[in-house]
Amino acid sequence: MSKVKVFIDNREVIVDEGTTILEAAKKVNINIPTLCYHPDQKIKGICRICIVEVEGQKNFSASCCTPVRDGMRIRTNTKKVREARKNIMQFILVRHDGDCLTCVRNGNCELQKLSEELNIKEIKYDRIVENLPIDESNPSIVRNPNKCIKCGRCIEVCHDVQGVGAIDAINRSDDLKILPGLYEKISDVACVYCGQCINVCPVGAIYEKEDIERVWDVLEDKSKHVVVQIAPAVRVSLGEMFGFKPGSIVTGKIVAFLKAIGFDKVFDTNFTADLTIIEEGSELLHRIKNGGKLPMLTSCSPGWIRYIEFFYPELLGHVSTCKSPQQMFGALTKTYYAQKFGIDPKDIVVVSIMPCTAKKAEAVREEMNSSGYQDVDIVLTTRELGKMIKESRIQLEDLEEVEFDRPFGIATGAGAIFGATGGVMEAALRTVYEKVTGKELEKIEFTALRGIDEYKEAAVEMDNMKVKVAVVNGLKNAKIILDMIKEGRADYHFIEVMCCPGGCIGGGGQPIPSTNEIKKKRIEAIYNVDISYAIRKSHLNPVVNKLYEEFLKEPLGHKSHQLLHTHYINRKN
Amino acid sequence: MNLQQIVSDAIDKKGNTKDKLIEILLEIQSRTEGNYVPTESLKMISESLDIPLSKVYGVATFYSMLSVKKRGKYAIQICNSAPCYISGSSDIVKIFEEVLGIKMGEVTQDGMFSLEYTSCIGACNLAPAVKINDKVYGNLDRNKIIEIIASLRKGGE
Repeated sequence: MSKVKVFIDNREVIVDEGTTILEAAKKVNINIPTLCYHPDQKIKGICRICIVEVEGQKNFSASCCTPVRDGMRIRTNTKKVREARKNIMQFILVRHDGDCLTCVRNGNCELQKLSEELNIKEIKYDRIVENLPIDESNPSIVRNPNKCIKCGRCIEVCHDVQGVGAIDAINRSDDLKILPGLYEKISDVACVYCGQCINVCPVGAIYEKEDIERVWDVLEDKSKHVVVQIAPAVRVSLGEMFGFKPGSIVTGKIVAFLKAIGFDKVFDTNFTADLTIIEEGSELLHRIKNGGKLPMLTSCSPGWIRYIEFFYPELLGHVSTCKSPQQMFGALTKTYYAQKFGIDPKDIVVVSIMPCTAKKAEAVREEMNSSGYQDVDIVLTTRELGKMIKESRIQLEDLEEVEFDRPFGIATGAGAIFGATGGVMEAALRTVYEKVTGKELEKIEFTALRGIDEYKEAAVEMDNMKVKVAVVNGLKNAKIILDMIKEGRADYHFIEVMCCPGGCIGGGGQPIPSTNEIKKKRIEAIYNVDISYAIRKSHLNPVVNKLYEEFLKEPLGHKSHQLLHTHYINRKN
Repeated sequence: MNLQQIVSDAIDKKGNTKDKLIEILLEIQSRTEGNYVPTESLKMISESLDIPLSKVYGVATFYSMLSVKKRGKYAIQICNSAPCYISGSSDIVKIFEEVLGIKMGEVTQDGMFSLEYTSCIGACNLAPAVKINDKVYGNLDRNKIIEIIASLRKGGE
């Protein structure tokens, strides 16, 4: 590729032909402001905040979408540029409900930050914020169109990454709005509640339905026994909200905090992840032995489940009937745990802390009540946990690390890796291999299945059987594999699907920003958590084994079917 | 002809692929009484072309040549881009509203005329200008507007 020489603020930069001004400027640490730009998305050129002056040219150029030319002389910091940026910013601000103090993204808003950086002191034009209704039609996602700055990031992630297309830009120019197509509410369309739109939104136009107050309330209610579970991905990301580096593991601090604010028991979803492996692994072997529907698809990810229910209901027979670890946890807490510790299940409140917005909707699915009560009562996202910590004024960094409570706090490394793409499959293989062959699996790390690649596969020899598996993350990739199944081209026994890119560590409830770079760090941390466990295979979890002994009796047995398995709904049309 | 028939004919004629979306929408509009693309047709197109409904609706509402609302036999599109605006397009709006007895966005009771805005139609030299179906009328004033409406009412062009 040929090189071009350009001058940015009088500094010489040599870059490949085709490089944008923005990228070239970055090379010499010249920081041009951006707003619609997102590192993991296509260049949009919508907001125009990144304009610069180019010598010999009357108009400004948007640096994000203007490729450099040889000899180009660019000025990024002239009075003219600064004034123009301020003006553009004001055009955006007049249409933005700028009530920052009560905004969900206060302190973590790209528009707020940019406004400060550009030194905006007034808005010269009349404000034209329409008082449009806030869409709170569903258990997971809230949309406030009055905050929307129409950058288009949510549309891109919904269409191009998830292949769902629940929302799009409707009308044009002044009248442009981002809407669920023909409809007013998200609940009217096939939205899977993955929340990926939230993670890319620069402002507070999309966010999770907040359930924090409900948790504070039950914690003050002396008649309630309040139990909490924490998903594997939460512990490797929460720290980001408190200045820890991405990839910091703050498990012990989270446990300490939850105990400090009054939870009766602090348990680990990794425990029911281990249990899921036993049930799901047994289901896989049962299907293989008895000519059941193959490939079997994983069922832990509620956004993925909604996707297949909406778009490929004819393939629901391929989905494992196992409930997700969150739901298994709820069902067991209100039965086994309640009986064992003599607590009336009607007084138990199960709270989950999840990296996920779809988990909120999963918890309120009608069929999720096999314990006789709603299995899981309240679901918080990682971000909501962060907000509770802030509200409590407890300093996360000062907290001494504390261990999970017993019995449901005992887990293995296999449960821990559920939070990353490929993790469920790796955990399953560690167990299935030993169940099938009766031999110890020596090399337990299936590195081919790790990392944020969209599509991974492996084949594992188990005695005379070659078990073929695949792993996909992001729903657009799920669609590819579903089409393969439909056409009979998916030559696999078992396929792991996680709704969100990167797996749960990239879930819609995670700290923002949640870029690919940050996700990679979280994934690394997940595998470090795995290594930190003495036991790294689910079937060796002593509490899981005790649970079968005392209560469930056998995998896929009567009790398991009643409490740990579920069914799905055709949501097409 | 019912809508389903119109839609399937349009798809057959233009081709059942994503890139034909706009052509299909225009075809449906031209064959639908009311000079518009009914929203029910969008669902059929979405399924047939495998394009999310939100995207189909987004396209149908983006282009001013397409409408998802019932329009008159003569859809009067008043340009509100800058050159027409500074040549008094807002007065033109008032005159049309007065002469036809409807507001912007409405259709006359006899279904003959409807009023809407459009972005630039490339007739800046004739500003203020309007487009009525496929024809552009420029340098408008009250008398000209009355004349145009009367002539269209009579069935002339």
